[in-house]
Amino acid sequence: MSDKIIQITEMNKWFGDFQVLKNINLEVEKNKKIVVCGPSGSGKSTLIRCINRLEEHQQGSIIVDGNELTEDTKDIEKIRAEVGMVFQQFNLFPHLSILDNCTLAPIWVKKMPKKEAEDLALQHLEKVQIVDQANKYPGQLSGGQQQRCAIARALCMEPKIMLFDEPTSALDPEMIKEVLDAMVNLAKAGMTMIVVTHEMGFAKEVADEVIFMDEGMIVERAETKEFFANPKSDRTKLFLSQIL
Amino acid sequence: MNKLNFLQPDKNNLNIYLYTGVTLVSLSIFIVFLNSFFSKDLISFLPETISFLLPLVLGFIGLNLIRIDYSGLKFLDKINKNINTNNFNAFLSLLIVFVVIKALPPLLSWFILDANIAGDSKDVCTGTGACWTYIKIWFNRFMYGMYPNAEQWRINLSFISLAFLGTIGFFATEKFKKYLTLYYVVVYPVIAFFFIFFFISGGPIFFDFSYGIIAAVISIIIGFFIPSKFKMYYFIIVPITLYILLKYVFFYEELIELGKLEALEWVETGAWGGLSLTFIVSFFCLIFCFPIGLFLSLGRRSDFPIIKYISIGMIEFWRGVPLITVLFMSSVMFPMFLPEDMFIDKLVRVIIAISLFEAAYVAEVIRGGLQALPRGQYDAAKSLGMGYWKMHILVILPQALKLVIPGIANTFLALVKDTPLIFVVGLLEIVGMLNLAKTNPEWLGFAMEGYVFASVLFFIICYAMSKYSYNLEQKYKTER
Repeated sequence: MSDKIIQITEMNKWFGDFQVLKNINLEVEKNKKIVVCGPSGSGKSTLIRCINRLEEHQQGSIIVDGNELTEDTKDIEKIRAEVGMVFQQFNLFPHLSILDNCTLAPIWVKKMPKKEAEDLALQHLEKVQIVDQANKYPGQLSGGQQQRCAIARALCMEPKIMLFDEPTSALDPEMIKEVLDAMVNLAKAGMTMIVVTHEMGFAKEVADEVIFMDEGMIVERAETKEFFANPKSDRTKLFLSQIL
Repeated sequence: MNKLNFLQPDKNNLNIYLYTGVTLVSLSIFIVFLNSFFSKDLISFLPETISFLLPLVLGFIGLNLIRIDYSGLKFLDKINKNINTNNFNAFLSLLIVFVVIKALPPLLSWFILDANIAGDSKDVCTGTGACWTYIKIWFNRFMYGMYPNAEQWRINLSFISLAFLGTIGFFATEKFKKYLTLYYVVVYPVIAFFFIFFFISGGPIFFDFSYGIIAAVISIIIGFFIPSKFKMYYFIIVPITLYILLKYVFFYEELIELGKLEALEWVETGAWGGLSLTFIVSFFCLIFCFPIGLFLSLGRRSDFPIIKYISIGMIEFWRGVPLITVLFMSSVMFPMFLPEDMFIDKLVRVIIAISLFEAAYVAEVIRGGLQALPRGQYDAAKSLGMGYWKMHILVILPQALKLVIPGIANTFLALVKDTPLIFVVGLLEIVGMLNLAKTNPEWLGFAMEGYVFASVLFFIICYAMSKYSYNLEQKYKTER
């Protein structure tokens, strides 16, 4: 049981009167890659934002790597430091160079010496193939390069889990591939990943399991092959027929 | 060969058009010039209305003739592009040139030609121009207020030293660059405070200054041998302890003795004034109002209701009252609430009052910048494990402050120009001194010169600040 890195039980969340997440139960084992898909407004992003408590849940429990996320979690920063996140809009820090974007958190949060942090950052930038852009500012880079930098930035904290919130939705079609490639490499390296995406090709290639969400509920959860070959619920079938 | 069409100048007969056009424009300017500078009217033989409009018409036709696209002459193309793109612009350009020519002679004669600067009494000012003698005689008062003449070297020395210390940033080597912010934000204001409090103010208190320096020097020397792990605590604790020891244990008797000797004559703040006081008040208000405003703006966005409502209350209160009443309160009402034997200097009260007042404005300006940042920046910082302070210091504030540099510069300029209001508590900075000087029976009637002088000084100060803020903006620009 100890290899369950994320455990969500009976979780509910409201935005005001509107219930966004209904009765979510989800367990993720270490090194598993999970793709979350579903129509917009179905609560996918909110779900993964709850995992590092960018959103607070009102009911149920979320346990990340043995720590329960509650109102008075004092060291929420420590948990967040172990959960990397990549956003739809990249959210790079525009006032810092690419290299500084990557070294900022290791230096100030993990108290890593500057030299060491820079070496680590260059190593990760190398992996996503933008090491030659290290001294530029985010505004000078293309969307795909920015998103790869965002991945490198999250990796520099050496997280145990990586969350991806529609990482390719804001990109031009030809840039999607370079970002997906970086993610595939990461998956092959054995990272635990939860990916909200509409890229079914990516799901088929790397995901161990696919979760389909609609109206705040997990409608279906299945092994990737099973999910695409014979989806059980009608809602999933409809969704797949539209997207594929 | 080529047909001349004066309504549609083209490139083929470039020279003919050019010469005719330039002649006409020059002629029109020449007519106005003669008229304005030498009161001669070349075209007086014409009826009045025509002679009034003729220069304009001539110049207009001239500009029309030289308006040739892609003439190949760089200078001509530049002129056409900048002041002569169409009939309306040509008309406006001519009008502006004429107005400038018309306005120059009276200004020149008032400022220079008919002005007086020699002599040392108002009797020399017989001309119609400005009487700069007045400024010359009162210059010391305008600069130093009622500060005793014999002691003015103290102000000069302080300001020169501070100006020098202020430029250290340009000479700092790479190794010390990272301490520059700390230096300018914390160390420099403290040094400035010491200079002004101990040196310009003077009196027995001056010896405190010496103890401070001795304590600082000793602790810095010992500081080199302290392991870096404890350095921070060391530099907080040791200098203060040393200072207290020096003051109350080792030199206590001597202090009293020396106090009687009056090493530096004590000059009370009421006697300070003039431009130096403008600088002192502006400098400290700028330094204090910025951090206060910063905390107020963060407080206003805080999740804790107490902090939030205190901040909102502070901001709305200080923004809601006029500065002049705040100053008045600080001098008249405030002492009533203090215990009998407690006394806070007038200048200190004024600086606190203006700082709090301007801090409210700074707070709202900064809040504007915070508001402008997308929520994603907060999300990204949080997701990397940063807490509230790390997130704000490393990610949010650098961006927000960069955005509001123009707004903050605006507030600061307003602050500098608000300083004359301290006359309500009896402190006379440069404008206050002017008002005093113009009511002097010996020098009645020279208010104009004084105000022009003050305007020029204020303009220089404010323009320098505005230029500096623009430079900062350029320096921190990372978009391209």
